[in-house]
Amino acid sequence: METLSVVLLFATLACAVVRPWGWPEAVVAVPAAVVAVAAGAISPQDAAAEAEHLAPVVGFLAAILVLAQLCDDEGLFRACGAWMARAARRRPGSLLAYVFAAASSITAVLSLDATVVLLTPVVFATAARLGARPLPHVYACTHLSNTASLLLPVSNLTNLLAFAASGLSFTRFAALMALPWLVAIAVEYLVFRRFFAVDLAAGFRARADDPEPVAVPVFALVTVVCTLAGFIAASALGIEPVWAAAAGAAALAIRALARRRTTPAALVRSAAVPFLAFVLALGIVVRAVVDNGLGDALGPLVPEGTGLPALLGLAFLAAVLANLINNLPAVLVLLPLTAPLGPGAVLAVLLGANIGPNLTYAGSLATLLWRRIVHAHDTEVDLGKFTRLGLLTVPATLLLSVVALWISLSVVGG
Amino acid sequence: MTVIAWIVEGTWPACVDAARTHAPDGADIVLLHVTDPEAMNAARGSYAGLLGRARPDRDPAVPVGTLASAAADRLLADAAARLGRPATRLHRTGRPEHEVTSTAGPTDLLVLTRDGAPTRPGPHSLGPATRFVVDHAPCPVLLVWPEAPLPEREKPGHGMP
Repeated sequence: METLSVVLLFATLACAVVRPWGWPEAVVAVPAAVVAVAAGAISPQDAAAEAEHLAPVVGFLAAILVLAQLCDDEGLFRACGAWMARAARRRPGSLLAYVFAAASSITAVLSLDATVVLLTPVVFATAARLGARPLPHVYACTHLSNTASLLLPVSNLTNLLAFAASGLSFTRFAALMALPWLVAIAVEYLVFRRFFAVDLAAGFRARADDPEPVAVPVFALVTVVCTLAGFIAASALGIEPVWAAAAGAAALAIRALARRRTTPAALVRSAAVPFLAFVLALGIVVRAVVDNGLGDALGPLVPEGTGLPALLGLAFLAAVLANLINNLPAVLVLLPLTAPLGPGAVLAVLLGANIGPNLTYAGSLATLLWRRIVHAHDTEVDLGKFTRLGLLTVPATLLLSVVALWISLSVVGG
Repeated sequence: MTVIAWIVEGTWPACVDAARTHAPDGADIVLLHVTDPEAMNAARGSYAGLLGRARPDRDPAVPVGTLASAAADRLLADAAARLGRPATRLHRTGRPEHEVTSTAGPTDLLVLTRDGAPTRPGPHSLGPATRFVVDHAPCPVLLVWPEAPLPEREKPGHGMP
């Protein structure tokens, strides 16, 4: 049974990365979950409980994905690019700092998906338009999509999972994670300035005649700010914060539909419905693996208590697992083991799971598969620079952000 | 006679000026820019990390690739305008140092601008790619200083290879 559930998990993960014949990930994940239940690797009751637990989490993510896509349709990301370019011209040598500011806030508020999918091309275009070397700025997006996803429950799917398991309120989660978030971004910034010193010092020669479209998407900005306020208000009133996200997405969706800027089909697509099925199925398969021996195997590795050494141990364990498989299954595996230890332990797991992926693109397994795909396209892949940058940032970021979490826990209280 | 000028973001104007000054009349000038696919790969890599929601039609590496191509064309057009004499524009994709050394094979002169930390004695006074080209170019190399510090160029820090 143990072997079967491990095989099912690897099949699910491998297909999620390779996507044979362009299938949605759910095509393999859902049958894998069905096999796990049918073979008795997990009881139907446990499977149903897992699905019930995950459904609202994925609904929350879907709302944020729609919100981010509609913000893009409204021109928020283009405006962000224009703002970075204008600011960088006024304060030479500061483009990287503006990219850090934009990527950190967009990741925190609109989730890492928004930074990876929507902001990265804008940042590349901004650097190119200014005539700056693009690599440090694109790398800033890839790294911050992980590192800067610590702040809010909505920043990362891993956070949403942990948020549901930790019993923390939205504002308490943010209060505890604010200091680790700032510390992690600061460490990344310092390492980037040194690592890319040559490229950054080359500067840029912006054309004087560049027209810059600067239409500020007021409605989208106001909606995002109101959604954030909604999270805080919902948290104070004891309402599920998912409703604030849904309201924000609905406000933008109604406006976009009324102005014929989007279609119902496009809205459904941006909610990534097959992904919902994938996460539910992955959750069930992971639960089967945990119940059939992985939980017992990992149990002794989970440190007792919530002192600084225990938090460090948890964060590094999560980072290692995130690099071996991927941070999503890593969090699914570690949450049941750490939730009883309290919010501090859960948040330490998040630090490891969110910062760790900067070491290998998508977890080692995924990176291996991914390299094969890229090789199939005859592209030269240099993992050297990525890995060196990861080795310089990840251990330092992880260590210092865990210390920051420990301080937050003592000041704010777990 | 063929003269290749390696056009790199930020430091290219000095390279173009040097090519104009040192290429004899009648020499063929080639303006070479190399797009490093690493930015595209980084974008695709972080997208692959979004386990379960990486639909091929949203891969950010695709727009990044298109933008990189357009940026290269623009950079070469700017360089050609500054040069002010007939020149061939050549755009390659790959590891810049490898592409430059392989393209420079049968050339009479390769012109490039230095980057890196010039105040630092030792190998780091040149950026890693520039250092590689200077070390391995199979032809005569003219290494020039960038223009007098531009307002947008900050003081170079210490390079990390």
